[in-house]
Amino acid sequence: MAGILIYSDKTRLALELAEAARQLGLAEDRAYKAVSINHDEQSLELAARGLEVFSIQRSELAAADTAAMASALCQTAEQLDVDTILLSSDRRGKELAGRLAEAWGAGCLTGVKEWVFLEGRTACARSALGGATEAIQIINSPRRVIAISPRAFIPVEGVEKGSVQPMEVKIEASTIKLVETRSLAGDTVDIQAAARLIVVGQGVENQEELTRGQKLAVLLKAEVACSKPVASDKKWLPEDRIVGLSGKLCKPDLAVILGVSGQVQFTVGIREARVIVSINKDENAFMNKMADYVLVGDLLEVLPELEKYLSQ
Amino acid sequence: MNIVVAMKQIPDLQQIRIRNRQPLLDDVPLTFGNIDKNALEAGMQIKEANQGKVTVVCAGPRELADTVKEALAAGADEARLLIVEEEMDSAQSARLIAAALRQMEQVDLIIMGEGSGDNYSSQVGSRVAQILGIPQVGFASCIEVKGSVVRITRSLEDCEEIIEAQLPVLITVMSDINTARIPSVSQILRAGKKPVVSIEAQELGIDIGELSIETISNLAPEMQRRQIVTTSAAELVRALESEGFGGRG
Ligand SMILES: Cc1cc2nc3c(=O)[nH]c(=O)nc-3n(C[C@H](O)[C@H](O)[C@H](O)COP(=O)(O)OP(=O)(O)OC[C@H]3O[C@@H](n4cnc5c(N)ncnc54)[C@H](O)[C@@H]3O)c2cc1C
Ligand SMILES: Nc1ncnc2c1ncn2[C@@H]1O[C@H](COP(=O)(O)O)[C@@H](O)[C@H]1O
Repeated sequence: MAGILIYSDKTRLALELAEAARQLGLAEDRAYKAVSINHDEQSLELAARGLEVFSIQRSELAAADTAAMASALCQTAEQLDVDTILLSSDRRGKELAGRLAEAWGAGCLTGVKEWVFLEGRTACARSALGGATEAIQIINSPRRVIAISPRAFIPVEGVEKGSVQPMEVKIEASTIKLVETRSLAGDTVDIQAAARLIVVGQGVENQEELTRGQKLAVLLKAEVACSKPVASDKKWLPEDRIVGLSGKLCKPDLAVILGVSGQVQFTVGIREARVIVSINKDENAFMNKMADYVLVGDLLEVLPELEKYLSQ
Repeated sequence: MNIVVAMKQIPDLQQIRIRNRQPLLDDVPLTFGNIDKNALEAGMQIKEANQGKVTVVCAGPRELADTVKEALAAGADEARLLIVEEEMDSAQSARLIAAALRQMEQVDLIIMGEGSGDNYSSQVGSRVAQILGIPQVGFASCIEVKGSVVRITRSLEDCEEIIEAQLPVLITVMSDINTARIPSVSQILRAGKKPVVSIEAQELGIDIGELSIETISNLAPEMQRRQIVTTSAAELVRALESEGFGGRG
């Protein structure tokens, strides 16, 4: 049976893909291997966890060039007898997925959160209709490209020793020029890793209130996350704090949600929290229906009171 | 400068109701995805800065003839509708759109959304770029055109890339690239007079292949929350404590 190939430019995501591939391999009786591109450290890390790694070392191949990357992966897949490629469903991986699928003649799904094994067929669970529903879908073409959501799988456990071998591919002449890469430095908070989250929505009306929300987070030993407009429009918090469909899917023990209306594109990112608290001045806010505890009130009044009781 | 913006017709997501976990799509008005409206706005801004024409291309069922007026009112100069009644997957949509683009004379810039409102799979743009054999840049938060070179900021989770490419290029945009304009009444009235070419997909003379994605089910996730209403901050703090979430740790 043809095998499974995994690739991500990020080692953490590659380790998650390895776990997804391990599970898929068990169910479908397939072997899985990894390819790494210009990333020795990643090759060694994957090999240390038992993977057979094929390493492409070509400095002229840039991750920013989606066409060249798709071509390189396509050639790798042809050489390795695989019919399934797993990529990460971060932005880089999603952009690559469609191009690779088209170049390789594969059916493709992105944003896959879980395998659903049905009588000999493998389906993928992913959000649809803007997060309102969860679709269970099967790729019916002989070749599959599947992009897996970050953190949907835990990183693979290391078992026996794997190997690293070189992989040769032809590199297409690049049609784009990478002028500059600017890292979005500074913010190292990972809201997906936080056990408790304070989530700030547009009901937090000004920066002063935001500061109160942040104080609440300190008192509750929580990290601060936000709805999309708070980061994208107001720019009060960095984009990597966004919860939801176009942000991050979080599963904290506790999520205290301050002034979020609860549109599904938001709730899809928090509905797996263990305990959800919604504070909103609108008693009919949709967010309240998704909460374990609801407090109807104006944040201007509620936040100072919460602060008082929590510091007692 | 010929700019094409691909927009997908979808049910208005805000108006979808759920009953017995089933999404109720009947009677939900059709519209374009929000991000696709940002894609159109991006095209409009480039047109305004560089002169040219914005053509909207949409593949989907016949109701498009009505839905597309939204895009024409928002400034698109003309529209091409590729009419297909059957459900299509991303690969099929991409093949149709690529075929329509090939029929058009000189396309310089193709702009799409980073993801469609209903499927949000981020595939169609990449697939079209591959079929046409042109460079692509996804997740753009800024686009500047200078002559035949376009400079794009690609916004990734941990960094931004500044990329230059020669036209033609396919770009997908993020929703925060701009705020889409809201058409005035007179623009809405004029939209009806703009040229719309409707093409039955079969007439494009290409084989879009079989549907490769089979949907087994599509249900709202089960969600039971307690919805316990607390009437004061003090009561909420007590509730949190009882759940093991005290203040100060
Ligand atoms: C394709 C797509 C993807 C998207 N992805 C995301 C995503 O990943 N994440 C995301 O968050 N959104 C996303 N959105 C946007 C989403 O649809 C909503 O617009 C957004 O979540 C609304 O944010 P909000 O609830 O903070 O603001 P609003 O909808 O404006 O809600 C504010 C809430 O605060 C309450 N309020 C106001 N003042 C007070 C006060 N003083 N005290 C108490 N309560 C108050 C109001 O009653 C209201 O309920 C996406 C949209 C699309 C189309
Ligand atoms: N049927 C369609 N007609 C026109 N454009 C489409 C269609 N489907 C997808 N697109 C474009 O491709 C983008 C990505 O769609 P998707 O791959 O479905 O996430 C959308 O934002 C649109 O710009």
